[in-house]
Amino acid sequence: MIFIPASVKSKVLVLGTVCLILSTPFPAWAALGADITSVQSDQLRMQGTIRTTAKGSYAVHEIQSSAGTVVREYIASTGSAAGKVFAVAWQGPYVPDMRQLLGSSFEQYAQAAKAQRNTRMRRAPVLIDEPGLTVQMSGHPRSFSGRAYIPEMLPQGVPVEDIR
Amino acid sequence: MRDLRKFLGFAAYFGVVFSVGCGGGSSSSNNSTIPPNTIASSGTNVVPITVNSGPSNSGFLYANGAFVNVTLCVPGTSTCQTIGEVLVDTGSFGLRIVSSPVLTLSLPQENASDGNPMVECLQFLDSYTWGPVQTADIQIGGEKASAVPVQVLSDTDYSVPSACSSPSGDSGSANTVATLGANGILGVGQLPQDCGVNATCPATANQYYSCASPTASCTPVAATAGQQVPNPVSLFTTDNNGVIIELPAVSGAEATVSGSLVFGIGTQSNNGLGSATVYNSDPSTLNFNTSFNGTNYSDTAFIDSGSNGYFFNDSSIADCSDSDFFCPSSTVNLSATTQGFSTGTGTVNFSVANADTLFTEFPNDAAFGGLAGPASTPPAPAFFDWGLPFFYGRNVYTAIEGATAPGGTTPYWAY
Repeated sequence: MIFIPASVKSKVLVLGTVCLILSTPFPAWAALGADITSVQSDQLRMQGTIRTTAKGSYAVHEIQSSAGTVVREYIASTGSAAGKVFAVAWQGPYVPDMRQLLGSSFEQYAQAAKAQRNTRMRRAPVLIDEPGLTVQMSGHPRSFSGRAYIPEMLPQGVPVEDIR
Repeated sequence: MRDLRKFLGFAAYFGVVFSVGCGGGSSSSNNSTIPPNTIASSGTNVVPITVNSGPSNSGFLYANGAFVNVTLCVPGTSTCQTIGEVLVDTGSFGLRIVSSPVLTLSLPQENASDGNPMVECLQFLDSYTWGPVQTADIQIGGEKASAVPVQVLSDTDYSVPSACSSPSGDSGSANTVATLGANGILGVGQLPQDCGVNATCPATANQYYSCASPTASCTPVAATAGQQVPNPVSLFTTDNNGVIIELPAVSGAEATVSGSLVFGIGTQSNNGLGSATVYNSDPSTLNFNTSFNGTNYSDTAFIDSGSNGYFFNDSSIADCSDSDFFCPSSTVNLSATTQGFSTGTGTVNFSVANADTLFTEFPNDAAFGGLAGPASTPPAPAFFDWGLPFFYGRNVYTAIEGATAPGGTTPYWAY
Protein backbone atom coordinates (compact mmCIF):
# COMPACT_ATOMS: atom_id res chain seq x y z
CA MET A 1 0.00 0.00 0.00
CA ILE A 2 1.53 3.28 -1.10
CA PHE A 3 0.37 6.73 -0.20
CA ILE A 4 1.57 9.69 -2.20
CA PRO A 5 0.27 13.04 -1.14
CA ALA A 6 0.29 15.38 -4.10
CA SER A 7 0.77 19.03 -3.52
CA VAL A 8 -1.28 21.69 -5.19
CA LYS A 9 -0.38 22.32 -8.83
CA SER A 10 1.87 19.29 -9.16
CA LYS A 11 1.70 18.14 -12.73
CA VAL A 12 2.78 14.55 -13.06
CA LEU A 13 3.11 11.75 -10.60
CA VAL A 14 4.77 8.59 -11.76
CA LEU A 15 4.04 5.42 -9.87
CA GLY A 16 5.28 2.32 -11.60
CA THR A 17 3.50 2.35 -14.92
CA VAL A 18 0.81 4.70 -13.71
CA CYS A 19 0.98 8.38 -14.54
CA LEU A 20 -1.25 11.04 -13.08
CA ILE A 21 -2.11 14.59 -13.77
CA LEU A 22 -5.10 15.87 -12.02
CA SER A 23 -7.30 18.67 -11.13
CA THR A 24 -8.91 21.88 -12.12
CA PRO A 25 -11.27 24.09 -10.27
CA PHE A 26 -12.83 20.80 -9.40
CA PRO A 27 -10.20 18.17 -9.95
CA ALA A 28 -9.89 16.82 -13.46
CA TRP A 29 -9.90 13.10 -13.13
CA ALA A 30 -9.51 10.41 -15.72
CA ALA A 31 -12.86 9.58 -17.24
CA LEU A 32 -14.49 6.19 -16.90
CA GLY A 33 -13.24 3.83 -19.59
CA ALA A 34 -10.36 6.11 -20.58
CA ASP A 35 -6.68 5.35 -20.58
CA ILE A 36 -5.09 6.77 -17.46
CA THR A 37 -2.20 8.15 -19.46
CA SER A 38 -4.65 10.18 -21.53
CA VAL A 39 -5.07 12.67 -18.73
CA GLN A 40 -1.49 13.78 -19.25
CA SER A 41 -2.79 15.80 -22.15
CA ASP A 42 -5.38 17.55 -20.08
CA GLN A 43 -2.92 20.21 -19.01
CA LEU A 44 -5.25 21.16 -16.22
CA ARG A 45 -4.26 22.68 -12.98
CA MET A 46 -4.60 20.91 -9.74
CA GLN A 47 -6.51 22.03 -6.72
CA GLY A 48 -6.71 19.20 -4.26
CA THR A 49 -4.75 16.20 -3.08
CA ILE A 50 -4.25 12.76 -4.56
CA ARG A 51 -3.58 9.50 -2.80
CA THR A 52 -2.73 6.36 -4.71
CA THR A 53 -3.21 2.87 -3.35
CA ALA A 54 -2.03 -0.25 -5.21
CA LYS A 55 -4.25 -3.30 -4.67
CA GLY A 56 -2.83 -6.14 -6.76
CA SER A 57 -4.87 -6.23 -9.94
CA TYR A 58 -5.78 -2.57 -9.74
CA ALA A 59 -4.83 0.78 -8.24
CA VAL A 60 -7.05 3.39 -6.65
CA HIS A 61 -6.44 7.08 -7.17
CA GLU A 62 -8.27 9.04 -4.52
CA ILE A 63 -8.71 12.74 -5.20
CA GLN A 64 -9.85 15.02 -2.42
CA SER A 65 -11.21 18.23 -3.87
CA SER A 66 -10.97 21.52 -2.06
CA ALA A 67 -14.77 21.61 -1.99
CA GLY A 68 -14.84 18.40 0.05
CA THR A 69 -15.96 15.75 -2.40
CA VAL A 70 -13.73 12.67 -2.71
CA VAL A 71 -13.48 10.91 -6.06
CA ARG A 72 -11.86 7.49 -6.40
CA GLU A 73 -10.86 6.11 -9.75
CA TYR A 74 -10.04 2.46 -10.19
CA ILE A 75 -7.36 1.61 -12.73
CA ALA A 76 -6.73 -1.94 -13.87
CA SER A 77 -3.09 -3.00 -13.63
CA THR A 78 -3.55 -6.36 -15.35
CA GLY A 79 -5.69 -7.87 -18.09
CA SER A 80 -7.08 -6.37 -21.27
CA ALA A 81 -8.16 -3.19 -19.50
CA ALA A 82 -4.72 -2.56 -17.98
CA GLY A 83 -4.08 1.14 -17.63
CA LYS A 84 -7.72 2.04 -18.03
CA VAL A 85 -10.25 3.43 -15.54
CA PHE A 86 -12.79 0.65 -15.03
CA ALA A 87 -14.70 2.27 -12.18
CA VAL A 88 -15.22 5.54 -10.35
CA ALA A 89 -16.80 6.25 -6.97
CA TRP A 90 -17.50 9.50 -5.19
CA GLN A 91 -18.66 10.79 -1.84
CA GLY A 92 -19.18 14.27 -0.45
CA PRO A 93 -21.28 17.40 -0.22
CA TYR A 94 -21.57 17.86 -4.00
CA VAL A 95 -22.27 15.74 -7.03
CA PRO A 96 -19.09 15.77 -9.13
CA ASP A 97 -19.15 16.86 -12.75
CA MET A 98 -20.65 13.69 -14.17
CA ARG A 99 -19.90 14.66 -17.75
CA GLN A 100 -16.23 14.80 -16.91
CA LEU A 101 -16.33 11.76 -14.66
CA LEU A 102 -18.15 9.41 -17.01
CA GLY A 103 -16.43 10.57 -20.19
CA SER A 104 -17.62 8.65 -23.23
CA SER A 105 -20.17 6.81 -21.07
CA PHE A 106 -21.94 10.05 -20.18
CA GLU A 107 -24.37 10.06 -23.09
CA GLN A 108 -25.44 6.50 -22.34
CA TYR A 109 -25.94 7.50 -18.72
CA ALA A 110 -27.89 10.62 -19.62
CA GLN A 111 -30.22 8.69 -21.91
CA ALA A 112 -30.84 6.03 -19.27
CA ALA A 113 -31.40 8.66 -16.58
CA LYS A 114 -33.85 10.46 -18.85
CA ALA A 115 -35.77 7.24 -19.46
CA GLN A 116 -36.01 6.69 -15.72
CA ARG A 117 -37.12 10.23 -15.08
CA ASN A 118 -40.20 9.61 -17.18
CA THR A 119 -41.43 7.10 -14.68
CA ARG A 120 -39.90 7.99 -11.34
CA MET A 121 -39.66 10.68 -8.74
CA ARG A 122 -37.03 13.27 -9.36
CA ARG A 123 -35.31 12.74 -6.04
CA ALA A 124 -35.31 9.00 -5.75
CA PRO A 125 -31.95 7.21 -5.91
CA VAL A 126 -30.41 6.64 -9.33
CA LEU A 127 -30.03 2.99 -10.28
CA ILE A 128 -28.88 2.33 -13.81
CA ASP A 129 -27.86 -1.14 -14.91
CA GLU A 130 -27.27 -1.30 -18.62
CA PRO A 131 -25.03 -3.35 -20.88
CA GLY A 132 -21.60 -1.84 -20.41
CA LEU A 133 -22.51 0.62 -17.68
CA THR A 134 -23.71 0.52 -14.08
CA VAL A 135 -24.40 3.77 -12.19
CA GLN A 136 -25.70 4.03 -8.62
CA MET A 137 -26.18 7.32 -6.81
CA SER A 138 -28.03 8.44 -3.70
CA GLY A 139 -27.99 11.01 -0.93
CA HIS A 140 -28.93 14.65 -0.62
CA PRO A 141 -27.21 18.04 -0.59
CA ARG A 142 -24.17 17.81 1.74
CA SER A 143 -24.06 14.00 1.49
CA PHE A 144 -24.00 12.56 -2.01
CA SER A 145 -22.47 9.23 -2.79
CA GLY A 146 -22.30 7.05 -5.85
CA ARG A 147 -20.32 4.82 -8.14
CA ALA A 148 -20.12 3.90 -11.81
CA TYR A 149 -18.34 1.05 -13.48
CA ILE A 150 -18.02 -0.87 -16.72
CA PRO A 151 -18.65 -4.49 -15.70
CA GLU A 152 -16.77 -5.92 -18.68
CA MET A 153 -13.62 -4.06 -17.68
CA LEU A 154 -13.38 -5.28 -14.10
CA PRO A 155 -10.11 -7.21 -13.63
CA GLN A 156 -10.69 -10.89 -13.00
CA GLY A 157 -11.49 -11.66 -9.36
CA VAL A 158 -12.31 -8.09 -8.35
CA PRO A 159 -15.70 -8.02 -6.60
CA VAL A 160 -17.91 -5.02 -7.31
CA GLU A 161 -18.12 -4.52 -3.55
CA ASP A 162 -14.55 -3.17 -3.76
CA ILE A 163 -15.84 -0.16 -5.69
CA ARG A 164 -17.04 2.29 -3.13
CA MET B 1 -42.34 12.75 -9.60
CA ARG B 2 -43.99 9.75 -11.04
CA ASP B 3 -45.44 10.05 -14.50
CA LEU B 4 -48.80 8.45 -14.06
CA ARG B 5 -49.88 9.12 -17.61
CA LYS B 6 -47.17 6.94 -18.98
CA PHE B 7 -47.70 4.47 -16.25
CA LEU B 8 -51.40 4.13 -16.91
CA GLY B 9 -50.88 3.23 -20.53
CA PHE B 10 -48.57 0.53 -19.37
CA ALA B 11 -50.97 -0.55 -16.66
CA ALA B 12 -53.88 -0.87 -19.05
CA TYR B 13 -51.82 -3.17 -21.21
CA PHE B 14 -50.88 -5.41 -18.33
CA GLY B 15 -54.07 -4.95 -16.37
CA VAL B 16 -55.02 -8.61 -16.48
CA VAL B 17 -51.68 -9.64 -15.08
CA PHE B 18 -52.06 -7.24 -12.21
CA SER B 19 -55.56 -8.33 -11.33
CA VAL B 20 -54.64 -11.99 -11.30
CA GLY B 21 -51.12 -11.90 -10.03
CA CYS B 22 -50.98 -9.05 -7.59
CA GLY B 23 -54.08 -9.37 -5.50
CA GLY B 24 -55.58 -6.54 -3.55
CA GLY B 25 -53.66 -3.37 -3.07
CA SER B 26 -54.71 -1.91 0.21
CA SER B 27 -51.96 -1.73 2.77
CA SER B 28 -52.22 -1.84 6.50
CA SER B 29 -51.75 1.28 8.55
CA ASN B 30 -48.24 2.23 9.58
CA ASN B 31 -49.28 2.90 13.11
CA SER B 32 -52.22 0.73 13.91
CA THR B 33 -51.28 0.52 17.59
CA ILE B 34 -50.29 4.16 18.00
CA PRO B 35 -52.87 6.85 18.71
CA PRO B 36 -53.37 9.36 15.90
CA ASN B 37 -51.01 12.31 15.86
CA THR B 38 -52.35 15.72 16.77
CA ILE B 39 -52.27 18.19 13.90
CA ALA B 40 -52.12 21.90 14.70
CA SER B 41 -54.91 23.71 12.92
CA SER B 42 -54.47 27.33 13.90
CA GLY B 43 -51.79 29.82 14.78
CA THR B 44 -49.67 32.44 13.08
CA ASN B 45 -46.97 29.79 12.71
CA VAL B 46 -49.18 27.26 10.95
CA VAL B 47 -49.80 26.93 7.22
CA PRO B 48 -51.87 24.20 5.57
CA ILE B 49 -50.11 21.40 3.71
CA THR B 50 -51.95 19.49 1.01
CA VAL B 51 -50.78 16.25 -0.49
CA ASN B 52 -52.28 16.35 -3.95
CA SER B 53 -51.35 15.64 -7.55
CA GLY B 54 -49.47 18.89 -8.02
CA PRO B 55 -50.13 21.69 -10.51
CA SER B 56 -52.86 20.76 -12.97
CA ASN B 57 -50.70 21.97 -15.86
CA SER B 58 -47.67 19.82 -15.01
CA GLY B 59 -48.82 17.07 -17.35
CA PHE B 60 -48.71 14.30 -14.79
CA LEU B 61 -50.00 13.32 -11.37
CA TYR B 62 -47.51 13.75 -8.55
CA ALA B 63 -47.46 10.88 -6.07
CA ASN B 64 -46.71 11.77 -2.45
CA GLY B 65 -45.96 15.44 -2.99
CA ALA B 66 -46.68 17.78 -0.03
CA PHE B 67 -47.51 21.32 -1.15
CA VAL B 68 -48.01 24.75 0.47
CA ASN B 69 -48.77 28.33 -0.61
CA VAL B 70 -45.95 30.88 -0.44
CA THR B 71 -46.32 34.64 -0.89
CA LEU B 72 -43.49 36.65 -2.46
CA CYS B 73 -43.35 40.44 -2.56
CA VAL B 74 -41.08 42.93 -4.26
CA PRO B 75 -38.89 43.92 -1.27
CA GLY B 76 -40.29 46.78 0.76
CA THR B 77 -43.50 47.02 -1.26
CA SER B 78 -47.00 45.61 -1.17
CA THR B 79 -46.62 44.25 -4.68
CA CYS B 80 -47.04 40.59 -3.93
CA GLN B 81 -47.96 37.26 -5.47
CA THR B 82 -49.16 34.12 -3.74
CA ILE B 83 -47.96 30.93 -5.39
CA GLY B 84 -49.52 27.56 -4.63
CA GLU B 85 -48.32 24.02 -5.23
CA VAL B 86 -44.85 24.70 -3.82
CA LEU B 87 -43.26 21.42 -2.72
CA VAL B 88 -42.24 21.17 0.95
CA ASP B 89 -38.79 19.59 1.00
CA THR B 90 -36.86 18.76 4.16
CA GLY B 91 -34.03 17.42 1.98
CA SER B 92 -32.99 20.81 0.58
CA PHE B 93 -32.64 24.38 1.73
CA GLY B 94 -34.08 27.56 0.27
CA LEU B 95 -36.97 28.77 -1.84
CA ARG B 96 -36.96 28.12 -5.61
CA ILE B 97 -39.80 29.33 -7.83
CA VAL B 98 -40.37 28.60 -11.50
CA SER B 99 -40.04 31.78 -13.56
CA SER B 100 -42.73 32.97 -15.95
CA PRO B 101 -45.49 31.93 -16.30
CA VAL B 102 -45.50 31.01 -12.58
CA LEU B 103 -43.63 34.01 -11.18
CA THR B 104 -45.09 37.21 -12.56
CA LEU B 105 -43.35 39.62 -10.16
CA SER B 106 -40.25 41.42 -11.32
CA LEU B 107 -37.75 40.95 -8.50
CA PRO B 108 -34.39 42.68 -8.01
CA GLN B 109 -31.36 40.69 -9.14
CA GLU B 110 -28.57 39.75 -6.71
CA ASN B 111 -25.07 40.41 -7.95
CA ALA B 112 -21.88 38.44 -7.47
CA SER B 113 -18.83 40.21 -6.05
CA ASP B 114 -17.73 41.10 -9.59
CA GLY B 115 -20.95 43.03 -10.14
CA ASN B 116 -22.46 40.56 -12.59
CA PRO B 117 -25.76 38.80 -11.92
CA MET B 118 -25.50 35.84 -9.54
CA VAL B 119 -26.99 32.65 -10.98
CA GLU B 120 -27.24 29.31 -9.25
CA CYS B 121 -26.99 25.65 -10.18
CA LEU B 122 -28.39 23.30 -7.55
CA GLN B 123 -27.74 19.60 -8.03
CA PHE B 124 -30.30 17.05 -7.06
CA LEU B 125 -29.79 13.37 -7.66
CA ASP B 126 -30.92 13.06 -11.24
CA SER B 127 -31.82 16.64 -12.03
CA TYR B 128 -30.72 20.20 -11.40
CA THR B 129 -32.23 23.63 -11.01
CA TRP B 130 -30.70 26.64 -12.77
CA GLY B 131 -31.57 30.31 -12.68
CA PRO B 132 -30.82 33.75 -11.27
CA VAL B 133 -30.77 34.59 -7.58
CA GLN B 134 -33.21 37.41 -6.87
CA THR B 135 -34.52 38.90 -3.64
CA ALA B 136 -38.06 38.93 -2.30
CA ASP B 137 -39.93 39.50 0.91
CA ILE B 138 -41.43 36.16 1.81
CA GLN B 139 -44.57 35.42 3.74
CA ILE B 140 -45.72 31.92 4.62
CA GLY B 141 -48.80 31.86 6.81
CA GLY B 142 -48.13 34.50 9.45
CA GLU B 143 -44.34 34.29 9.20
CA LYS B 144 -42.33 36.88 7.31
CA ALA B 145 -38.75 37.40 6.18
CA SER B 146 -37.41 40.41 4.31
CA ALA B 147 -35.14 40.66 1.27
CA VAL B 148 -34.55 36.93 1.01
CA PRO B 149 -32.45 35.56 -1.86
CA VAL B 150 -34.54 33.06 -3.85
CA GLN B 151 -33.68 31.10 -6.97
CA VAL B 152 -35.86 31.87 -10.00
CA LEU B 153 -35.80 28.76 -12.16
CA SER B 154 -35.28 29.19 -15.88
CA ASP B 155 -33.72 27.20 -18.69
CA THR B 156 -33.31 30.28 -20.82
CA ASP B 157 -32.49 33.39 -18.74
CA TYR B 158 -28.77 32.52 -18.68
CA SER B 159 -26.65 29.93 -20.48
CA VAL B 160 -26.47 26.69 -18.52
CA PRO B 161 -22.81 25.76 -17.84
CA SER B 162 -21.58 22.31 -18.80
CA ALA B 163 -20.81 21.38 -15.19
CA CYS B 164 -24.39 22.22 -14.24
CA SER B 165 -25.97 20.07 -16.90
CA SER B 166 -24.63 17.12 -14.95
CA PRO B 167 -25.44 14.86 -13.26
CA SER B 168 -27.86 13.79 -15.94
CA GLY B 169 -27.36 15.88 -19.01
CA ASP B 170 -29.26 18.80 -20.46
CA SER B 171 -32.48 16.86 -20.28
CA GLY B 172 -32.13 16.76 -16.50
CA SER B 173 -33.24 20.30 -15.81
CA ALA B 174 -36.10 20.77 -13.35
CA ASN B 175 -36.80 24.40 -14.19
CA THR B 176 -40.36 24.25 -15.48
CA VAL B 177 -43.66 23.13 -14.02
CA ALA B 178 -43.59 20.18 -16.40
CA THR B 179 -40.12 19.03 -15.35
CA LEU B 180 -40.30 19.97 -11.68
CA GLY B 181 -43.88 18.80 -11.13
CA ALA B 182 -44.43 21.79 -8.87
CA ASN B 183 -44.50 25.59 -9.03
CA GLY B 184 -41.48 25.73 -6.75
CA ILE B 185 -39.60 24.05 -3.92
CA LEU B 186 -39.59 25.25 -0.33
CA GLY B 187 -36.43 23.75 1.18
CA VAL B 188 -36.91 23.64 4.95
CA GLY B 189 -34.18 21.14 5.85
CA GLN B 190 -31.48 21.19 8.50
CA LEU B 191 -29.23 23.92 7.07
CA PRO B 192 -29.69 27.70 7.19
CA GLN B 193 -28.16 28.15 3.69
CA ASP B 194 -28.20 26.02 0.59
CA CYS B 195 -24.52 25.39 -0.03
CA GLY B 196 -23.24 22.06 1.23
CA VAL B 197 -20.34 23.80 2.94
CA ASN B 198 -20.70 26.16 5.86
CA ALA B 199 -20.11 29.89 5.56
CA THR B 200 -18.69 30.84 2.16
CA CYS B 201 -19.54 28.48 -0.67
CA PRO B 202 -16.36 27.90 -2.71
CA ALA B 203 -16.29 28.46 -6.45
CA THR B 204 -15.09 24.87 -6.76
CA ALA B 205 -18.54 23.70 -5.66
CA ASN B 206 -19.82 24.80 -9.11
CA GLN B 207 -22.98 26.01 -7.38
CA TYR B 208 -22.93 29.80 -7.79
CA TYR B 209 -22.01 31.53 -11.04
CA SER B 210 -21.34 35.03 -12.27
CA CYS B 211 -23.08 35.62 -15.60
CA ALA B 212 -22.12 38.82 -17.42
CA SER B 213 -25.09 38.61 -19.78
CA PRO B 214 -27.87 36.21 -20.73
CA THR B 215 -25.73 34.79 -23.51
CA ALA B 216 -22.32 34.96 -21.84
CA SER B 217 -20.47 31.93 -20.58
CA CYS B 218 -20.98 31.89 -16.80
CA THR B 219 -18.07 31.55 -14.37
CA PRO B 220 -18.19 29.72 -11.03
CA VAL B 221 -17.80 32.12 -8.11
CA ALA B 222 -17.75 31.95 -4.34
CA ALA B 223 -20.91 32.94 -2.48
CA THR B 224 -20.89 34.27 1.06
CA ALA B 225 -23.45 33.01 3.55
CA GLY B 226 -25.47 36.17 2.94
CA GLN B 227 -25.38 35.75 -0.83
CA GLN B 228 -26.55 32.15 -0.77
CA VAL B 229 -30.19 31.15 -1.05
CA PRO B 230 -31.20 30.63 2.58
CA ASN B 231 -33.69 28.37 4.25
CA PRO B 232 -36.30 31.12 4.75
CA VAL B 233 -37.33 29.68 8.10
CA SER B 234 -33.98 30.68 9.58
CA LEU B 235 -34.71 34.30 8.59
CA PHE B 236 -38.15 34.53 10.19
CA THR B 237 -38.16 36.96 13.09
CA THR B 238 -39.72 34.30 15.33
CA ASP B 239 -40.31 30.55 15.13
CA ASN B 240 -37.04 30.27 13.20
CA ASN B 241 -35.32 27.22 14.68
CA GLY B 242 -37.04 24.56 12.58
CA VAL B 243 -40.31 23.14 11.33
CA ILE B 244 -42.78 20.38 12.06
CA ILE B 245 -44.57 18.54 9.30
CA GLU B 246 -47.85 17.14 10.58
CA LEU B 247 -49.76 14.77 8.32
CA PRO B 248 -52.39 12.16 9.16
CA ALA B 249 -51.86 8.44 8.68
CA VAL B 250 -52.49 7.13 5.17
CA SER B 251 -53.70 3.59 4.95
CA GLY B 252 -53.49 2.43 1.35
CA ALA B 253 -54.30 5.38 -0.88
CA GLU B 254 -56.02 8.74 -0.47
CA ALA B 255 -57.10 11.24 -3.12
CA THR B 256 -55.67 14.11 -1.09
CA VAL B 257 -54.40 14.56 2.45
CA SER B 258 -54.52 17.71 4.56
CA GLY B 259 -52.05 18.56 7.30
CA SER B 260 -49.95 21.41 8.63
CA LEU B 261 -46.51 22.90 8.28
CA VAL B 262 -45.70 24.38 11.68
CA PHE B 263 -42.84 26.84 12.12
CA GLY B 264 -40.65 26.82 15.20
CA ILE B 265 -39.95 24.14 17.78
CA GLY B 266 -40.88 24.92 21.36
CA THR B 267 -41.55 28.56 20.58
CA GLN B 268 -45.33 28.53 20.81
CA SER B 269 -48.00 26.56 22.61
CA ASN B 270 -48.63 24.55 19.44
CA ASN B 271 -45.11 23.41 18.59
CA GLY B 272 -43.63 21.78 21.68
CA LEU B 273 -41.60 18.61 21.40
CA GLY B 274 -44.10 16.74 23.58
CA SER B 275 -43.21 13.09 23.76
CA ALA B 276 -41.16 13.10 20.55
CA THR B 277 -37.70 11.52 20.66
CA VAL B 278 -34.81 13.63 19.40
CA TYR B 279 -32.47 11.98 16.87
CA ASN B 280 -29.51 14.21 16.17
CA SER B 281 -27.85 14.04 12.78
CA ASP B 282 -24.17 14.04 11.87
CA PRO B 283 -23.49 17.75 11.42
CA SER B 284 -21.06 17.04 8.61
CA THR B 285 -23.41 14.87 6.52
CA LEU B 286 -26.92 15.52 7.92
CA ASN B 287 -27.41 11.76 8.12
CA PHE B 288 -28.30 9.45 10.99
CA ASN B 289 -28.36 5.66 11.40
CA THR B 290 -30.89 3.03 10.46
CA SER B 291 -30.62 -0.70 11.10
CA PHE B 292 -32.70 -2.77 8.73
CA ASN B 293 -32.65 -6.42 7.77
CA GLY B 294 -29.21 -7.02 9.28
CA THR B 295 -27.60 -3.98 7.69
CA ASN B 296 -26.64 -0.92 9.68
CA TYR B 297 -26.86 2.18 7.51
CA SER B 298 -24.35 4.02 9.66
CA ASP B 299 -24.39 7.73 8.90
CA THR B 300 -26.16 6.93 5.63
CA ALA B 301 -29.85 7.26 6.48
CA PHE B 302 -31.95 10.39 6.18
CA ILE B 303 -35.50 11.69 6.36
CA ASP B 304 -36.69 13.59 3.29
CA SER B 305 -40.20 14.88 2.62
CA GLY B 306 -39.11 15.53 -0.98
CA SER B 307 -38.58 11.83 -1.72
CA ASN B 308 -41.90 10.31 -2.64
CA GLY B 309 -41.36 6.87 -1.14
CA TYR B 310 -39.19 4.83 1.14
CA PHE B 311 -36.03 3.94 -0.79
CA PHE B 312 -33.82 1.15 0.49
CA ASN B 313 -32.32 -2.17 -0.47
CA ASP B 314 -34.29 -5.35 0.10
CA SER B 315 -33.57 -8.11 -2.39
CA SER B 316 -36.49 -10.15 -1.05
CA ILE B 317 -39.03 -7.62 -2.33
CA ALA B 318 -39.78 -7.73 -6.04
CA ASP B 319 -39.15 -4.65 -8.13
CA CYS B 320 -41.99 -3.51 -10.34
CA SER B 321 -41.55 -4.52 -13.94
CA ASP B 322 -40.51 -0.95 -14.69
CA SER B 323 -38.06 -1.07 -11.76
CA ASP B 324 -39.09 2.26 -10.28
CA PHE B 325 -40.84 1.00 -7.17
CA PHE B 326 -41.38 -2.17 -5.22
CA CYS B 327 -44.14 -4.56 -6.29
CA PRO B 328 -44.48 -7.30 -3.66
CA SER B 329 -47.19 -9.86 -4.35
CA SER B 330 -48.88 -8.70 -1.15
CA THR B 331 -48.20 -5.85 1.24
CA VAL B 332 -45.12 -6.47 3.36
CA ASN B 333 -44.89 -5.24 6.95
CA LEU B 334 -41.37 -4.29 7.97
CA SER B 335 -39.50 -2.85 10.92
CA ALA B 336 -36.29 -0.85 11.28
CA THR B 337 -34.41 0.77 14.13
CA THR B 338 -33.54 4.42 13.70
CA GLN B 339 -30.71 5.83 15.75
CA GLY B 340 -29.40 9.36 16.07
CA PHE B 341 -25.78 10.23 15.36
CA SER B 342 -25.12 10.23 19.10
CA THR B 343 -28.53 10.30 20.77
CA GLY B 344 -31.99 8.86 20.23
CA THR B 345 -33.15 5.40 19.27
CA GLY B 346 -36.51 3.97 18.29
CA THR B 347 -38.33 1.43 16.18
CA VAL B 348 -40.13 2.36 12.98
CA ASN B 349 -42.76 0.01 11.61
CA PHE B 350 -43.66 0.53 8.00
CA SER B 351 -45.26 -1.29 5.13
CA VAL B 352 -44.47 -1.71 1.47
CA ALA B 353 -47.37 -2.12 -0.95
CA ASN B 354 -47.41 -3.10 -4.60
CA ALA B 355 -46.90 0.24 -6.35
CA ASP B 356 -48.31 -0.90 -9.68
CA THR B 357 -51.46 -2.10 -7.93
CA LEU B 358 -51.79 1.17 -6.03
CA PHE B 359 -51.48 3.23 -9.20
CA THR B 360 -53.87 0.97 -11.09
CA GLU B 361 -56.58 0.74 -8.47
CA PHE B 362 -56.34 4.39 -7.41
CA PRO B 363 -55.40 6.21 -10.62
CA ASN B 364 -56.52 9.63 -9.39
CA ASP B 365 -55.11 9.44 -5.87
CA ALA B 366 -52.07 11.39 -4.71
CA ALA B 367 -51.14 9.89 -1.31
CA PHE B 368 -49.82 6.35 -0.98
CA GLY B 369 -48.75 5.11 2.45
CA GLY B 370 -46.89 2.05 1.21
CA LEU B 371 -44.96 3.50 -1.73
CA ALA B 372 -41.35 2.32 -1.70
CA GLY B 373 -38.58 1.48 -4.10
CA PRO B 374 -35.14 -0.03 -4.45
CA ALA B 375 -31.81 1.63 -3.70
CA SER B 376 -28.27 0.44 -4.20
CA THR B 377 -27.03 -2.65 -2.41
CA PRO B 378 -24.77 -2.28 0.64
CA PRO B 379 -21.83 -1.99 1.07
CA ALA B 380 -21.81 0.07 -2.12
CA PRO B 381 -22.61 3.71 -1.51
CA ALA B 382 -26.02 2.91 -0.10
CA PHE B 383 -28.55 5.04 1.75
CA PHE B 384 -31.80 4.41 3.58
CA ASP B 385 -34.14 7.20 2.45
CA TRP B 386 -37.20 7.80 4.64
CA GLY B 387 -39.42 9.67 2.20
CA LEU B 388 -42.86 11.22 2.55
CA PRO B 389 -44.69 8.01 3.60
CA PHE B 390 -42.61 8.18 6.80
CA PHE B 391 -44.38 11.46 7.61
CA TYR B 392 -47.89 10.00 7.38
CA GLY B 393 -49.27 9.57 10.88
CA ARG B 394 -46.36 11.10 12.78
CA ASN B 395 -45.28 14.65 13.47
CA VAL B 396 -41.72 15.04 12.24
CA TYR B 397 -39.55 17.85 13.61
CA THR B 398 -36.59 19.21 11.63
CA ALA B 399 -34.28 21.47 13.67
CA ILE B 400 -31.85 23.78 11.87
CA GLU B 401 -28.10 23.65 12.38
CA GLY B 402 -26.83 26.38 14.67
CA ALA B 403 -30.28 27.21 16.04
CA THR B 404 -31.28 26.73 19.66
CA ALA B 405 -34.09 24.24 20.04
CA PRO B 406 -35.42 22.16 22.91
CA GLY B 407 -34.29 18.58 23.26
CA GLY B 408 -30.63 18.86 22.35
CA THR B 409 -28.04 20.13 19.94
CA THR B 410 -29.12 20.96 16.41
CA PRO B 411 -29.28 19.77 13.70
CA TYR B 412 -31.75 17.06 14.57
CA TRP B 413 -34.93 15.26 13.66
CA ALA B 414 -37.54 14.37 16.28
CA TYR B 415 -40.61 12.17 16.03
